[in-house]
Amino acid sequence: MLELVTVSLLNGIVYGLLLFMLSSGLTLIFSMMGVLNFAHASVFMVGAYFSYQLGRWVGFWPALVIAPLLCGLIGMAIERYGLSRVHSRGHVAEILFTFGLAYVIEELVTMGWGRNAVANNVPAAIDFPLFHVFGSTFPAYKGLMMAISVAIFAFLYIALKKTRIGLVIQAALTHPKMVSALGHDVPGVFVLVFAVGSGLAGLAGVIGGFMLLTQPTLAHAIGPIVFVVVVVGGLGSLAGALIASMLIGIVQTFAVAIDYSLLDLFRAAGIAVSRASPFYEVMAIKVATAAPIVPYLLLVLMLILRPRGLLGRREV
Amino acid sequence: MTNGVAAAAKLTASEAPNWRRERRLLAIAVAVLVVLPHVPGLNTDFGRSLLTQMGIAVVFALSFNQLYGQTGLLSFGHAVYFGLGGYAAIHVMRAINHGFPMPVFLVPLAGAAGGLLAGLLFGALTTRRAGTVFALISLGVGELVYAAAFMLPSVFGGEEGITASRTRAPVDFGVNMGSQLDVYYAVMAWVVVAVLAMYAFTRTPVGRMCNAVRDNPERAEFVGYSTPRVRFVAFAVAALFAGLAGGLHAINYEIVGAEAVGAPRSGTVLIMAYIGGASYFSGPILGAVAITWLSSSLSEYTSAWLLYLGIFFIGMILFAPSGLAGLLLMHRPIVRTRGMRCVLAAYAVALIPLVVTATGAVLAIEMAYRLATQPELGTRVRFVGTTVDAASPAPWIAAAVALLGGFALFRATWRVVASAWDRALAQAKA
Repeated sequence: MLELVTVSLLNGIVYGLLLFMLSSGLTLIFSMMGVLNFAHASVFMVGAYFSYQLGRWVGFWPALVIAPLLCGLIGMAIERYGLSRVHSRGHVAEILFTFGLAYVIEELVTMGWGRNAVANNVPAAIDFPLFHVFGSTFPAYKGLMMAISVAIFAFLYIALKKTRIGLVIQAALTHPKMVSALGHDVPGVFVLVFAVGSGLAGLAGVIGGFMLLTQPTLAHAIGPIVFVVVVVGGLGSLAGALIASMLIGIVQTFAVAIDYSLLDLFRAAGIAVSRASPFYEVMAIKVATAAPIVPYLLLVLMLILRPRGLLGRREV
Repeated sequence: MTNGVAAAAKLTASEAPNWRRERRLLAIAVAVLVVLPHVPGLNTDFGRSLLTQMGIAVVFALSFNQLYGQTGLLSFGHAVYFGLGGYAAIHVMRAINHGFPMPVFLVPLAGAAGGLLAGLLFGALTTRRAGTVFALISLGVGELVYAAAFMLPSVFGGEEGITASRTRAPVDFGVNMGSQLDVYYAVMAWVVVAVLAMYAFTRTPVGRMCNAVRDNPERAEFVGYSTPRVRFVAFAVAALFAGLAGGLHAINYEIVGAEAVGAPRSGTVLIMAYIGGASYFSGPILGAVAITWLSSSLSEYTSAWLLYLGIFFIGMILFAPSGLAGLLLMHRPIVRTRGMRCVLAAYAVALIPLVVTATGAVLAIEMAYRLATQPELGTRVRFVGTTVDAASPAPWIAAAVALLGGFALFRATWRVVASAWDRALAQAKA
């Protein structure tokens, strides 16, 4: 039992920190610009492909730097040449634009690397056991991922709360005209925010690429969960996103490990349930089978009951 | 004051439905729908099946637009109501197969009921908020229902889906569904009824309030309406017609699987409605017909057709947010003043570089797709009657020249179009 709890907890934290890496960039974009960026997971996927390709050309460590920078450039181009044209038409137009972009990026990636998953294996440089728990090893790349994730949190926290540019960014969201009147380049600020957010997605892609399957459907598989993290954590709250990531990561990992259903609970309590009784099939669903719906259930409940999320200061 | 009242009276007079025009349009539409499956080229099983799919897509896209275009609610999970309606219909069809006395023709009603039930349930939870929150909840509900569909195999059929037969009915009502032509007429009868009903709904006071809630929710509240309640009604109506479309889908395919409630279907209906023109009632009809036709014809020639669709969609968002219907209706004042010839000539001038640009882009995309996704077919790609070798640099250079040169020329000729347009419009206003 202790073994199950420890290993699940560790895996849950690893998964949670990966989710945080993914959602940190979206939190930045969503909370600072109000843009619900459907293409965020697509940029993450592009980062994974870039790191795969660059890893073959120049090795892992340079790829870890270059791939996020390229993704940042892509983000810059998206905001400068696409999104900035639709800002004036409101958030729904922005959502639609990024939604279409996600379609196009998925197909472009297919065009570049094919429909099947590429062999994006863990680089040899970080593929050694870091320590052992209950006989199973904890690989170094997971350790690196955790370190980068924590570093992203620290970087964003300091950049937004303690620097001048962070102050300008926060002001540009609520009072764009005033900030502009004070001589700051508001469109430039938006381009910067979008570039940094996309760069963070690319960084997450480098690490997440070999933990997940690098294929064109990756963005679609991971995209909705990232929204869940941002909404559950609360708009504009980095700490909230971290807590929500960990919560979803740990809950889902534990759910996968639990091989019981409501039926087993009733049986343990001495209540006999026959096949003929109503909702037998619902009661027979194992917790492990229900694990995929946990994040979405959380999202829907959160939006209905507490739309500003766990730590959010204002509503979505 | 009296001026204002007079203006208001005039407005209501012009806004009042001109039913004579509508009746004539309906008669023409019905006549076309009756003749269409006998037109050469469409009088095969394939053609009739395509027409049937178009009809179903029209109902689905219009129901989506009841939310998005009419009420301002952007949904990323509209397929939930399509799919749940489809499941309700397929289960009723199974019951008919086992002796339940009901004509198969009425099965779409079961779909509508299923969609409505689901809409009432989820609508009560999700329509309290509009805008981004609504979009996010709809996405969450969509993922939730899709994931749940795999957990209850006796209801949703798991990976394989649920099948039923539209022809096996122990209790005979004399309505035959044997051939694709029978199915076409049955589906189109429902499509006409559904389109009429949805059009009529936009003309009711509730339908008008939907527009008010979309445009200015604060003011709608001040007038004394509860915006969440108006949204709820719009949502339920939209879900009902989505369910009806799902029921038609069940009759046409005789199978409903989990992909019926999935995100790709929700995305497609959004794209149909938007490309057609969400701010017009007829826009989604146009979009549904065009996208269904393109998806079936283009997907035969190219595996990259989703890329073309995506690029087209983004282009419409950036440059023509009022959709195909908006682009067409833009020309109405010019047609009235007979200024069309001048504008068309300018279009023809701009069309040439546009075609060159598109040809370059398509050539590059097709070659790249071949190399990446179908290496087993070799590097020789068939392209507009000729064959090019994607492994040699020549076609790539040609594609780049056509793409960039064509685009530069297009930007230059666009000024001709703009000035011709301005002149024609000035003439129309004079």
